[in-house]
Amino acid sequence: MQQLVRIGCAAGFAGDRADAALPIIGELASHRGPRFLMFETLAERTLALCQLEKRRDPARGYSPALDRMLPGTLGPCLENGIRIIGNFGAANPRAAGERIATLARAAGFPRPRIAVIEGDDVSDLFSTEELAARQMDGKVLGPCANIVAANVYLGAEPIARAFDEGAEVVVTGRVADPALALGPLVHAHRWDWTDWQRLASGTLAGHLLECAGQITGGYFADPGRKDVPGLAELGYPIAEVEPSGELIITKPVLSGGIVDRRTVVEQILYEVHDPSAYLTPDVILDITDVEVMPVGPDRVRVVGARGKPRPETLKATAFLASGMLGEAEISYAGPNALARAQLAADIVTTRMAKRMPELKIRVDLVGRASLFGTLAHASSTDADAAPEARLRFAAQHAYCEPLELLLDEVEALYCSGPAGGAGVRRYLTPRLASASCLIERDKVMPTVTFVGASE
Amino acid sequence: MSRNIEVALYRLAHARSGDKGDRLNIALICYDPAFYPTIAEQATAERVAAHFAARRPRKVVRYELPKLCAFNYVLDDVLEGGVNASLGLDGHGKSLSFFLLTMKIGVNPALLTRCTPPELRERLRR
Repeated sequence: MQQLVRIGCAAGFAGDRADAALPIIGELASHRGPRFLMFETLAERTLALCQLEKRRDPARGYSPALDRMLPGTLGPCLENGIRIIGNFGAANPRAAGERIATLARAAGFPRPRIAVIEGDDVSDLFSTEELAARQMDGKVLGPCANIVAANVYLGAEPIARAFDEGAEVVVTGRVADPALALGPLVHAHRWDWTDWQRLASGTLAGHLLECAGQITGGYFADPGRKDVPGLAELGYPIAEVEPSGELIITKPVLSGGIVDRRTVVEQILYEVHDPSAYLTPDVILDITDVEVMPVGPDRVRVVGARGKPRPETLKATAFLASGMLGEAEISYAGPNALARAQLAADIVTTRMAKRMPELKIRVDLVGRASLFGTLAHASSTDADAAPEARLRFAAQHAYCEPLELLLDEVEALYCSGPAGGAGVRRYLTPRLASASCLIERDKVMPTVTFVGASE
Repeated sequence: MSRNIEVALYRLAHARSGDKGDRLNIALICYDPAFYPTIAEQATAERVAAHFAARRPRKVVRYELPKLCAFNYVLDDVLEGGVNASLGLDGHGKSLSFFLLTMKIGVNPALLTRCTPPELRERLRR
Protein backbone atom coordinates (compact mmCIF):
# COMPACT_ATOMS: atom_id res chain seq x y z
CA MET A 1 0.00 0.00 0.00
CA GLN A 2 1.20 3.48 -0.84
CA GLN A 3 1.84 5.25 2.39
CA LEU A 4 1.73 8.86 3.44
CA VAL A 5 4.94 10.09 5.09
CA ARG A 6 4.61 12.56 7.95
CA ILE A 7 7.45 14.87 8.94
CA GLY A 8 7.18 17.32 11.81
CA CYS A 9 9.67 20.12 12.37
CA ALA A 10 10.44 20.94 16.00
CA ALA A 11 13.16 23.55 15.53
CA GLY A 12 14.01 26.17 12.92
CA PHE A 13 17.12 27.55 14.61
CA ALA A 14 19.37 26.89 17.60
CA GLY A 15 17.50 29.33 19.81
CA ASP A 16 14.07 27.89 19.04
CA ARG A 17 11.52 26.82 21.67
CA ALA A 18 12.55 23.56 23.35
CA ASP A 19 8.97 22.56 24.21
CA ALA A 20 7.55 22.85 20.69
CA ALA A 21 8.26 19.19 19.89
CA LEU A 22 5.80 17.64 22.35
CA PRO A 23 2.53 18.58 20.59
CA ILE A 24 4.03 17.37 17.27
CA ILE A 25 5.07 14.08 18.85
CA GLY A 26 1.54 13.74 20.26
CA GLU A 27 0.05 14.30 16.82
CA LEU A 28 2.50 11.98 15.03
CA ALA A 29 1.95 9.27 17.67
CA SER A 30 -1.76 9.20 16.79
CA HIS A 31 -0.96 8.17 13.19
CA ARG A 32 0.61 5.12 11.59
CA GLY A 33 3.07 4.84 8.76
CA PRO A 34 6.52 6.41 8.43
CA ARG A 35 6.87 9.41 10.75
CA PHE A 36 9.87 11.65 11.32
CA LEU A 37 10.73 14.57 13.59
CA MET A 38 13.21 17.06 12.17
CA PHE A 39 15.36 19.63 13.99
CA GLU A 40 17.18 22.43 12.15
CA THR A 41 19.52 24.03 14.68
CA LEU A 42 22.55 25.12 12.70
CA ALA A 43 22.78 28.71 11.52
CA GLU A 44 25.93 29.43 9.50
CA ARG A 45 27.57 31.23 12.38
CA THR A 46 26.60 28.56 14.96
CA LEU A 47 28.79 26.05 13.14
CA ALA A 48 31.85 28.33 13.27
CA LEU A 49 31.34 28.95 16.99
CA CYS A 50 31.05 25.17 17.55
CA GLN A 51 34.30 24.67 15.63
CA LEU A 52 36.03 27.07 18.04
CA GLU A 53 34.58 25.14 20.97
CA LYS A 54 35.83 21.82 19.54
CA ARG A 55 39.35 23.27 19.39
CA ARG A 56 39.17 23.96 23.11
CA ASP A 57 37.60 20.57 23.97
CA PRO A 58 37.61 17.75 21.36
CA ALA A 59 34.66 16.07 23.12
CA ARG A 60 32.42 19.07 22.40
CA GLY A 61 31.61 21.19 19.37
CA TYR A 62 28.07 19.94 18.77
CA SER A 63 25.07 22.27 18.81
CA PRO A 64 24.14 23.52 22.29
CA ALA A 65 20.52 23.05 21.18
CA LEU A 66 20.97 19.27 21.52
CA ASP A 67 21.00 19.38 25.31
CA ARG A 68 18.03 21.77 25.37
CA MET A 69 15.82 19.99 22.86
CA LEU A 70 16.48 16.24 22.97
CA PRO A 71 16.29 15.18 26.65
CA GLY A 72 12.49 15.60 26.73
CA THR A 73 11.76 14.37 23.21
CA LEU A 74 14.08 11.41 22.58
CA GLY A 75 12.15 8.95 24.82
CA PRO A 76 8.64 9.73 23.49
CA CYS A 77 9.93 9.53 19.88
CA LEU A 78 11.70 6.17 20.32
CA GLU A 79 8.68 4.82 22.19
CA ASN A 80 6.29 5.71 19.37
CA GLY A 81 8.45 4.72 16.40
CA ILE A 82 9.02 8.34 15.37
CA ARG A 83 12.48 8.65 13.82
CA ILE A 84 14.60 11.75 14.49
CA ILE A 85 16.72 13.72 12.03
CA GLY A 86 18.69 16.76 13.16
CA ASN A 87 21.83 18.74 12.33
CA PHE A 88 22.83 18.88 16.00
CA GLY A 89 26.26 17.57 15.02
CA ALA A 90 27.63 20.98 14.03
CA ALA A 91 31.45 20.71 14.17
CA ASN A 92 31.39 17.30 15.86
CA PRO A 93 28.58 14.96 14.71
CA ARG A 94 30.29 11.94 16.31
CA ALA A 95 30.33 13.57 19.76
CA ALA A 96 26.67 14.53 19.23
CA GLY A 97 25.86 10.89 18.42
CA GLU A 98 27.59 9.72 21.60
CA ARG A 99 25.72 12.34 23.62
CA ILE A 100 22.37 11.22 22.13
CA ALA A 101 23.21 7.59 23.03
CA THR A 102 23.76 8.71 26.63
CA LEU A 103 20.47 10.60 26.66
CA ALA A 104 18.67 7.56 25.18
CA ARG A 105 20.06 5.28 27.90
CA ALA A 106 18.84 7.75 30.51
CA ALA A 107 15.40 7.62 28.88
CA GLY A 108 15.34 3.82 29.13
CA PHE A 109 16.50 2.89 25.62
CA PRO A 110 19.84 1.07 25.96
CA ARG A 111 20.61 0.38 22.29
CA PRO A 112 18.97 2.80 19.86
CA ARG A 113 20.25 2.85 16.27
CA ILE A 114 21.99 6.26 16.04
CA ALA A 115 23.63 7.15 12.72
CA VAL A 116 26.26 9.86 12.37
CA ILE A 117 26.79 11.65 9.05
CA GLU A 118 30.24 13.09 8.46
CA GLY A 119 32.21 14.46 5.55
CA ASP A 120 30.92 18.04 5.44
CA ASP A 121 34.06 19.45 7.10
CA VAL A 122 36.43 20.37 4.26
CA SER A 123 38.85 22.50 6.28
CA ASP A 124 41.49 19.74 6.18
CA LEU A 125 40.78 18.89 2.54
CA PHE A 126 41.67 22.29 1.11
CA SER A 127 44.36 24.83 1.90
CA THR A 128 43.40 28.47 2.34
CA GLU A 129 44.71 29.17 -1.19
CA GLU A 130 42.63 26.35 -2.66
CA LEU A 131 39.49 27.62 -0.94
CA ALA A 132 40.24 31.19 -2.02
CA ALA A 133 40.50 29.98 -5.63
CA ARG A 134 36.98 28.48 -5.31
CA GLN A 135 35.32 31.62 -3.93
CA MET A 136 31.97 32.46 -5.51
CA ASP A 137 31.85 36.16 -4.83
CA GLY A 138 34.09 38.89 -3.56
CA LYS A 139 37.51 38.63 -2.06
CA VAL A 140 36.83 37.87 1.58
CA LEU A 141 39.32 34.99 1.51
CA GLY A 142 42.87 36.20 1.10
CA PRO A 143 45.95 33.97 1.16
CA CYS A 144 46.55 34.79 4.85
CA ALA A 145 42.95 34.39 6.01
CA ASN A 146 42.55 32.76 9.41
CA ILE A 147 39.96 30.11 8.53
CA VAL A 148 37.94 28.95 11.53
CA ALA A 149 35.63 26.55 9.71
CA ALA A 150 34.91 25.39 6.17
CA ASN A 151 31.94 23.12 5.64
CA VAL A 152 30.21 21.94 2.53
CA TYR A 153 26.42 21.65 2.34
CA LEU A 154 25.79 17.91 1.99
CA GLY A 155 22.65 16.63 0.32
CA ALA A 156 20.00 14.11 1.34
CA GLU A 157 21.75 10.95 0.07
CA PRO A 158 23.68 10.03 3.26
CA ILE A 159 20.56 10.74 5.34
CA ALA A 160 18.42 8.40 3.22
CA ARG A 161 21.23 5.80 3.38
CA ALA A 162 21.29 6.01 7.18
CA PHE A 163 17.55 5.37 7.39
CA ASP A 164 17.89 2.55 4.81
CA GLU A 165 20.38 0.96 7.20
CA GLY A 166 17.87 1.08 10.04
CA ALA A 167 18.66 4.31 11.88
CA GLU A 168 16.19 5.54 14.48
CA VAL A 169 18.11 8.78 14.99
CA VAL A 170 20.27 10.49 12.34
CA VAL A 171 22.58 13.30 13.35
CA THR A 172 24.41 15.44 10.81
CA GLY A 173 26.75 18.39 10.64
CA ARG A 174 26.23 20.85 7.78
CA VAL A 175 23.62 19.68 5.28
CA ALA A 176 21.31 21.74 3.10
CA ASP A 177 18.33 22.46 5.36
CA PRO A 178 15.70 20.96 2.99
CA ALA A 179 17.74 17.73 2.89
CA LEU A 180 16.63 17.09 6.47
CA ALA A 181 13.17 16.36 5.03
CA LEU A 182 14.19 15.08 1.60
CA GLY A 183 16.40 12.34 3.12
CA PRO A 184 13.54 10.70 5.06
CA LEU A 185 11.23 11.07 2.02
CA VAL A 186 13.62 9.43 -0.43
CA HIS A 187 14.10 6.60 2.07
CA ALA A 188 10.40 6.07 2.84
CA HIS A 189 9.04 6.57 -0.70
CA ARG A 190 11.98 4.85 -2.46
CA TRP A 191 12.37 7.82 -4.78
CA ASP A 192 15.04 7.72 -7.45
CA TRP A 193 17.97 10.17 -7.27
CA THR A 194 17.27 11.30 -10.84
CA ASP A 195 13.50 11.71 -10.36
CA TRP A 196 13.88 15.50 -10.39
CA GLN A 197 10.15 16.07 -10.11
CA ARG A 198 9.76 14.19 -6.82
CA LEU A 199 13.11 15.42 -5.48
CA ALA A 200 11.84 18.95 -6.11
CA SER A 201 8.60 18.24 -4.21
CA GLY A 202 10.54 16.79 -1.29
CA THR A 203 12.91 19.74 -1.32
CA LEU A 204 9.95 22.13 -1.27
CA ALA A 205 8.54 20.20 1.70
CA GLY A 206 11.88 20.65 3.47
CA HIS A 207 12.07 24.33 2.57
CA LEU A 208 8.57 24.87 3.98
CA LEU A 209 9.44 23.00 7.20
CA GLU A 210 12.96 24.23 7.80
CA CYS A 211 12.02 27.40 9.69
CA ALA A 212 9.53 25.55 11.89
CA GLY A 213 6.97 28.05 13.27
CA GLN A 214 7.56 30.50 10.42
CA ILE A 215 4.95 28.63 8.37
CA THR A 216 2.36 28.18 11.13
CA GLY A 217 1.92 31.84 12.04
CA GLY A 218 5.26 32.59 13.68
CA TYR A 219 7.15 35.65 12.39
CA PHE A 220 3.92 36.64 10.69
CA ALA A 221 1.57 38.40 13.11
CA ASP A 222 0.77 42.08 12.61
CA PRO A 223 -2.08 43.03 14.95
CA GLY A 224 -5.16 44.25 13.10
CA ARG A 225 -3.80 43.14 9.72
CA LYS A 226 -2.59 39.60 10.19
CA ASP A 227 -3.82 38.33 13.53
CA VAL A 228 -2.59 34.97 14.80
CA PRO A 229 -4.30 33.18 17.68
CA GLY A 230 -2.28 31.42 20.38
CA LEU A 231 1.25 32.56 19.53
CA ALA A 232 2.34 31.76 23.10
CA GLU A 233 1.63 28.08 22.33
CA LEU A 234 2.46 28.14 18.63
CA GLY A 235 2.01 24.74 16.97
CA TYR A 236 4.97 23.79 14.77
CA PRO A 237 4.41 22.33 11.31
CA ILE A 238 3.83 18.83 10.03
CA ALA A 239 4.11 17.94 6.33
CA GLU A 240 2.12 15.02 4.94
CA VAL A 241 3.82 13.91 1.75
CA GLU A 242 2.32 11.46 -0.74
CA PRO A 243 4.40 9.10 -2.89
CA SER A 244 3.72 11.43 -5.84
CA GLY A 245 5.31 14.31 -3.93
CA GLU A 246 2.04 16.16 -3.36
CA LEU A 247 2.04 17.60 0.10
CA ILE A 248 -0.10 19.14 2.77
CA ILE A 249 1.19 21.46 5.48
CA THR A 250 -0.66 21.30 8.78
CA LYS A 251 0.00 21.51 12.53
CA PRO A 252 -1.01 19.63 15.69
CA VAL A 253 -4.69 19.85 16.66
CA LEU A 254 -5.49 22.30 19.47
CA SER A 255 -2.14 24.09 19.07
CA GLY A 256 -1.79 27.84 18.54
CA GLY A 257 -1.00 29.56 15.26
CA ILE A 258 -2.53 29.27 11.79
CA VAL A 259 -1.70 27.57 8.52
CA ASP A 260 -3.27 29.36 5.58
CA ARG A 261 -2.40 30.60 2.12
CA ARG A 262 -0.69 33.71 3.51
CA THR A 263 1.58 31.94 6.01
CA VAL A 264 2.55 29.33 3.41
CA VAL A 265 3.32 31.83 0.62
CA GLU A 266 5.50 33.95 2.94
CA GLN A 267 7.57 30.86 3.72
CA ILE A 268 7.70 29.57 0.12
CA LEU A 269 9.62 32.70 -0.88
CA TYR A 270 11.71 32.99 2.29
CA GLU A 271 15.41 33.40 1.39
CA VAL A 272 14.66 32.57 -2.25
CA HIS A 273 16.33 34.55 -5.01
CA ASP A 274 15.45 33.33 -8.51
CA PRO A 275 12.21 31.36 -7.94
CA SER A 276 12.89 29.26 -11.05
CA ALA A 277 16.26 28.10 -9.72
CA TYR A 278 16.54 27.43 -6.00
CA LEU A 279 19.85 25.58 -5.85
CA THR A 280 20.26 22.62 -3.50
CA PRO A 281 22.79 19.75 -3.56
CA ASP A 282 20.08 17.30 -4.71
CA VAL A 283 18.01 19.19 -7.27
CA ILE A 284 17.36 22.65 -8.67
CA LEU A 285 13.89 23.58 -7.45
CA ASP A 286 11.56 25.69 -9.61
CA ILE A 287 8.62 27.16 -7.68
CA THR A 288 7.22 29.43 -10.39
CA ASP A 289 4.25 27.09 -11.01
CA VAL A 290 3.59 26.22 -7.37
CA GLU A 291 0.00 26.59 -6.22
CA VAL A 292 -1.28 26.84 -2.68
CA MET A 293 -4.79 25.61 -1.83
CA PRO A 294 -6.42 25.62 1.59
CA VAL A 295 -8.18 22.26 1.97
CA GLY A 296 -9.40 22.47 5.57
CA PRO A 297 -8.80 24.26 8.85
CA ASP A 298 -5.02 24.73 9.15
CA ARG A 299 -4.48 22.43 6.19
CA VAL A 300 -2.91 23.76 2.99
CA ARG A 301 -2.10 21.70 -0.09
CA VAL A 302 1.01 22.71 -2.04
CA VAL A 303 1.46 21.40 -5.59
CA GLY A 304 3.39 22.25 -8.72
CA ALA A 305 7.05 22.11 -7.72
CA ARG A 306 9.28 21.36 -10.68
CA GLY A 307 12.81 20.03 -10.66
CA LYS A 308 15.90 20.35 -12.84
CA PRO A 309 19.07 18.23 -12.57
CA ARG A 310 21.21 19.01 -9.53
CA PRO A 311 24.11 21.48 -9.82
CA GLU A 312 27.56 20.19 -10.80
CA THR A 313 29.22 21.64 -7.71
CA LEU A 314 28.47 21.84 -3.99
CA LYS A 315 28.42 25.03 -1.97
CA ALA A 316 30.69 25.44 1.03
CA THR A 317 30.87 28.25 3.55
CA ALA A 318 34.20 29.24 5.04
CA PHE A 319 34.44 31.35 8.17
CA LEU A 320 37.41 33.46 9.14
CA ALA A 321 38.17 35.42 12.26
CA SER A 322 37.62 39.10 11.55
CA GLY A 323 38.24 40.96 14.75
CA MET A 324 35.83 42.27 17.32
CA LEU A 325 32.57 44.20 17.40
CA GLY A 326 32.25 46.79 20.15
CA GLU A 327 28.84 48.18 21.13
CA ALA A 328 27.77 50.55 23.88
CA GLU A 329 24.38 52.09 24.66
CA ILE A 330 23.01 54.83 26.91
CA SER A 331 19.47 56.22 27.39
CA TYR A 332 17.95 59.66 27.93
CA ALA A 333 14.31 60.24 28.87
CA GLY A 334 11.83 63.01 29.55
CA PRO A 335 11.82 66.65 28.34
CA ASN A 336 14.40 67.39 25.64
CA ALA A 337 15.62 63.76 25.60
CA LEU A 338 16.45 63.86 21.89
CA ALA A 339 18.64 66.94 22.20
CA ARG A 340 20.51 65.50 25.15
CA ALA A 341 21.10 62.25 23.22
CA GLN A 342 22.37 64.25 20.24
CA LEU A 343 24.74 66.17 22.52
CA ALA A 344 26.03 62.90 23.98
CA ALA A 345 26.69 61.56 20.46
CA ASP A 346 28.62 64.73 19.60
CA ILE A 347 30.76 64.45 22.73
CA VAL A 348 31.75 60.83 22.08
CA THR A 349 32.45 61.28 18.37
CA THR A 350 34.48 64.45 19.00
CA ARG A 351 36.64 62.74 21.61
CA MET A 352 37.08 59.57 19.55
CA ALA A 353 38.08 61.60 16.48
CA LYS A 354 41.03 62.85 18.54
CA ARG A 355 41.91 59.63 20.36
CA MET A 356 41.36 57.01 17.63
CA PRO A 357 40.73 58.80 14.34
CA GLU A 358 40.85 55.65 12.16
CA LEU A 359 37.99 53.96 14.03
CA LYS A 360 34.76 54.21 12.04
CA ILE A 361 31.92 54.66 14.49
CA ARG A 362 28.25 54.09 13.79
CA VAL A 363 25.75 55.98 15.94
CA ASP A 364 22.11 54.93 16.10
CA LEU A 365 19.19 56.54 17.84
CA VAL A 366 17.27 53.42 18.79
CA GLY A 367 13.53 53.86 18.40
CA ARG A 368 14.05 56.61 15.81
CA ALA A 369 16.26 55.40 13.01
CA SER A 370 18.30 52.38 14.07
CA LEU A 371 16.78 49.63 11.93
CA PHE A 372 16.05 51.44 8.69
CA GLY A 373 19.26 53.44 9.25
CA THR A 374 19.98 55.79 6.39
CA LEU A 375 16.60 54.90 4.88
CA ALA A 376 14.70 56.65 7.63
CA HIS A 377 14.26 60.39 7.38
CA ALA A 378 14.87 62.05 10.73
CA SER A 379 11.61 63.85 10.19
CA SER A 380 10.41 65.36 13.41
CA THR A 381 12.68 67.55 15.49
CA ASP A 382 9.96 68.19 18.02
CA ALA A 383 11.76 68.04 21.36
CA ASP A 384 8.93 66.16 22.98
CA ALA A 385 8.44 63.77 20.07
CA ALA A 386 10.30 60.99 21.84
CA PRO A 387 9.71 60.32 25.53
CA GLU A 388 12.91 58.27 25.49
CA ALA A 389 15.99 58.13 23.33
CA ARG A 390 18.49 55.26 23.40
CA LEU A 391 21.80 56.00 21.83
CA ARG A 392 23.88 53.17 20.41
CA PHE A 393 27.52 53.31 19.30
CA ALA A 394 29.13 50.50 17.29
CA ALA A 395 32.51 49.88 15.69
CA GLN A 396 34.62 46.99 14.47
CA HIS A 397 38.38 46.51 14.79
CA ALA A 398 40.97 43.74 14.58
CA TYR A 399 41.92 44.36 18.22
CA CYS A 400 39.98 45.00 21.42
CA GLU A 401 41.87 48.08 22.64
CA PRO A 402 40.46 50.72 20.24
CA LEU A 403 36.98 49.39 20.92
CA GLU A 404 37.51 49.48 24.69
CA LEU A 405 38.39 53.12 24.24
CA LEU A 406 35.04 53.79 22.57
CA LEU A 407 33.13 51.81 25.18
CA ASP A 408 34.91 53.72 27.96
CA GLU A 409 33.97 57.04 26.33
CA VAL A 410 30.31 56.07 26.29
CA GLU A 411 30.42 54.96 29.90
CA ALA A 412 32.15 58.22 30.88
CA LEU A 413 29.01 60.04 29.70
CA TYR A 414 27.56 59.10 33.09
CA CYS A 415 29.54 61.84 34.81
CA SER A 416 30.81 64.00 31.94
CA GLY A 417 27.95 63.95 29.44
CA PRO A 418 24.49 65.55 29.27
CA ALA A 419 22.06 65.41 32.19
CA GLY A 420 20.08 62.28 32.93
CA GLY A 421 22.13 59.66 31.05
CA ALA A 422 21.04 56.19 32.16
CA GLY A 423 21.33 52.47 31.61
CA VAL A 424 24.76 52.08 30.00
CA ARG A 425 25.40 48.61 28.57
CA ARG A 426 28.58 47.61 26.76
CA TYR A 427 29.48 44.54 24.72
CA LEU A 428 32.54 43.14 22.96
CA THR A 429 31.80 40.23 20.61
CA PRO A 430 34.16 38.27 18.33
CA ARG A 431 33.28 38.61 14.66
CA LEU A 432 33.45 36.06 11.88
CA ALA A 433 33.43 36.87 8.19
CA SER A 434 32.09 34.31 5.75
CA ALA A 435 32.87 33.38 2.18
CA SER A 436 30.99 31.03 -0.14
CA CYS A 437 32.98 28.56 -2.24
CA LEU A 438 32.07 26.04 -4.93
CA ILE A 439 33.49 22.57 -4.35
CA GLU A 440 33.78 19.67 -6.82
CA ARG A 441 31.46 16.81 -5.90
CA ASP A 442 34.14 14.13 -6.23
CA LYS A 443 36.17 15.74 -3.43
CA VAL A 444 33.36 15.19 -0.94
CA MET A 445 32.67 11.70 0.47
CA PRO A 446 29.85 11.71 3.04
CA THR A 447 29.98 8.78 5.46
CA VAL A 448 27.35 7.04 7.58
CA THR A 449 28.47 5.29 10.77
CA PHE A 450 26.48 3.96 13.69
CA VAL A 451 27.29 4.91 17.27
CA GLY A 452 28.85 1.94 19.06
CA ALA A 453 29.24 -0.04 15.82
CA SER A 454 33.00 -0.47 16.27
CA GLU A 455 32.71 -1.70 19.87
CA MET B 1 -12.62 57.91 -14.86
CA SER B 2 -11.95 58.24 -11.15
CA ARG B 3 -8.58 59.46 -9.98
CA ASN B 4 -6.20 57.16 -8.13
CA ILE B 5 -5.69 57.58 -4.40
CA GLU B 6 -2.21 57.16 -2.91
CA VAL B 7 -1.89 54.53 -0.21
CA ALA B 8 1.05 52.74 1.38
CA LEU B 9 1.81 49.31 -0.05
CA TYR B 10 1.12 48.14 3.51
CA ARG B 11 -2.61 48.48 2.77
CA LEU B 12 -2.38 46.12 -0.19
CA ALA B 13 0.21 43.51 0.64
CA HIS B 14 2.26 41.76 3.29
CA ALA B 15 5.96 40.98 3.09
CA ARG B 16 8.82 38.90 4.53
CA SER B 17 12.58 39.51 4.25
CA GLY B 18 15.34 36.96 3.88
CA ASP B 19 19.10 37.40 3.55
CA LYS B 20 22.16 35.69 2.11
CA GLY B 21 25.35 37.63 2.78
CA ASP B 22 24.89 41.18 1.52
CA ARG B 23 21.87 40.24 -0.60
CA LEU B 24 18.33 40.88 0.60
CA ASN B 25 15.16 39.30 -0.75
CA ILE B 26 11.70 40.59 0.07
CA ALA B 27 8.63 38.55 -0.80
CA LEU B 28 5.64 40.83 -1.37
CA ILE B 29 2.27 39.08 -1.26
CA CYS B 30 -1.06 40.64 -2.27
CA TYR B 31 -3.86 40.45 0.26
CA ASP B 32 -6.30 40.25 -2.65
CA PRO B 33 -5.67 38.96 -6.19
CA ALA B 34 -7.33 42.16 -7.44
CA PHE B 35 -4.29 44.14 -6.27
CA TYR B 36 -1.83 42.14 -8.36
CA PRO B 37 -2.06 44.18 -11.60
CA THR B 38 -1.79 47.52 -9.77
CA ILE B 39 1.27 46.41 -7.84
CA ALA B 40 2.77 44.78 -10.94
CA GLU B 41 2.45 48.07 -12.79
CA GLN B 42 3.74 50.38 -10.06
CA ALA B 43 6.06 48.46 -7.71
CA THR B 44 8.65 47.94 -10.42
CA ALA B 45 12.27 47.02 -9.76
CA GLU B 46 13.21 50.61 -10.68
CA ARG B 47 10.82 52.15 -8.16
CA VAL B 48 11.94 49.75 -5.43
CA ALA B 49 15.56 50.62 -6.22
CA ALA B 50 14.66 54.31 -5.83
CA HIS B 51 12.82 53.60 -2.57
CA PHE B 52 15.98 51.96 -1.21
CA ALA B 53 18.33 54.54 -2.80
CA ALA B 54 19.89 55.52 0.55
CA ARG B 55 21.30 51.99 0.78
CA ARG B 56 22.74 52.23 -2.76
CA PRO B 57 21.54 48.90 -4.18
CA ARG B 58 23.96 47.61 -6.82
CA LYS B 59 21.10 45.81 -8.53
CA VAL B 60 17.39 45.17 -7.95
CA VAL B 61 15.58 42.31 -9.70
CA ARG B 62 11.85 41.62 -9.47
CA TYR B 63 10.48 38.13 -10.05
CA GLU B 64 6.75 37.78 -10.71
CA LEU B 65 4.75 34.90 -9.24
CA PRO B 66 1.18 35.37 -10.47
CA LYS B 67 0.05 31.94 -9.22
CA LEU B 68 1.04 32.94 -5.69
CA CYS B 69 -0.17 36.55 -6.14
CA ALA B 70 3.32 37.56 -5.11
CA PHE B 71 6.53 39.27 -6.18
CA ASN B 72 10.06 38.50 -5.09
CA TYR B 73 12.50 41.43 -4.97
CA VAL B 74 16.21 40.70 -4.78
CA LEU B 75 18.37 43.66 -3.75
CA ASP B 76 22.15 43.37 -4.01
CA ASP B 77 24.54 45.02 -1.53
CA VAL B 78 21.96 46.75 0.67
CA LEU B 79 22.77 45.09 4.00
CA GLU B 80 25.87 47.12 4.88
CA GLY B 81 27.97 43.99 4.48
CA GLY B 82 25.40 41.56 5.86
CA VAL B 83 24.99 39.99 9.26
CA ASN B 84 28.70 39.23 9.67
CA ALA B 85 29.93 42.72 8.77
CA SER B 86 27.21 45.32 9.41
CA LEU B 87 27.62 47.66 12.38
CA GLY B 88 23.84 48.09 12.53
CA LEU B 89 21.35 46.31 14.74
CA ASP B 90 19.66 44.55 11.83
CA GLY B 91 22.40 43.06 9.69
CA HIS B 92 19.91 40.50 8.37
CA GLY B 93 17.64 43.22 7.01
CA LYS B 94 14.71 41.50 8.74
CA SER B 95 12.93 44.80 9.37
CA LEU B 96 13.31 46.02 5.77
CA SER B 97 10.19 44.16 4.59
CA PHE B 98 8.27 46.82 6.48
CA PHE B 99 10.30 49.56 4.81
CA LEU B 100 9.18 48.27 1.41
CA LEU B 101 5.59 48.40 2.70
CA THR B 102 5.93 52.17 3.27
CA MET B 103 6.18 52.72 -0.50
CA LYS B 104 3.26 54.69 -1.96
CA ILE B 105 0.98 53.16 -4.61
CA GLY B 106 -1.81 54.85 -6.54
CA VAL B 107 -5.00 52.83 -6.20
CA ASN B 108 -8.32 53.08 -7.96
CA PRO B 109 -10.93 54.06 -5.35
CA ALA B 110 -13.04 51.07 -6.37
CA LEU B 111 -10.20 48.81 -5.21
CA LEU B 112 -9.76 50.70 -1.96
CA THR B 113 -12.77 49.10 -0.30
CA ARG B 114 -10.92 45.80 -0.59
CA CYS B 115 -7.91 47.05 1.35
CA THR B 116 -9.74 48.29 4.40
CA PRO B 117 -8.57 46.54 7.56
CA PRO B 118 -11.10 43.88 8.62
CA GLU B 119 -12.06 45.60 11.88
CA LEU B 120 -12.72 48.90 10.08
CA ARG B 121 -14.80 47.08 7.48
CA GLU B 122 -16.77 45.59 10.38
CA ARG B 123 -17.41 49.06 11.80
CA LEU B 124 -18.48 50.47 8.41
CA ARG B 125 -20.95 47.63 8.00
CA ARG B 126 -22.69 48.46 11.29
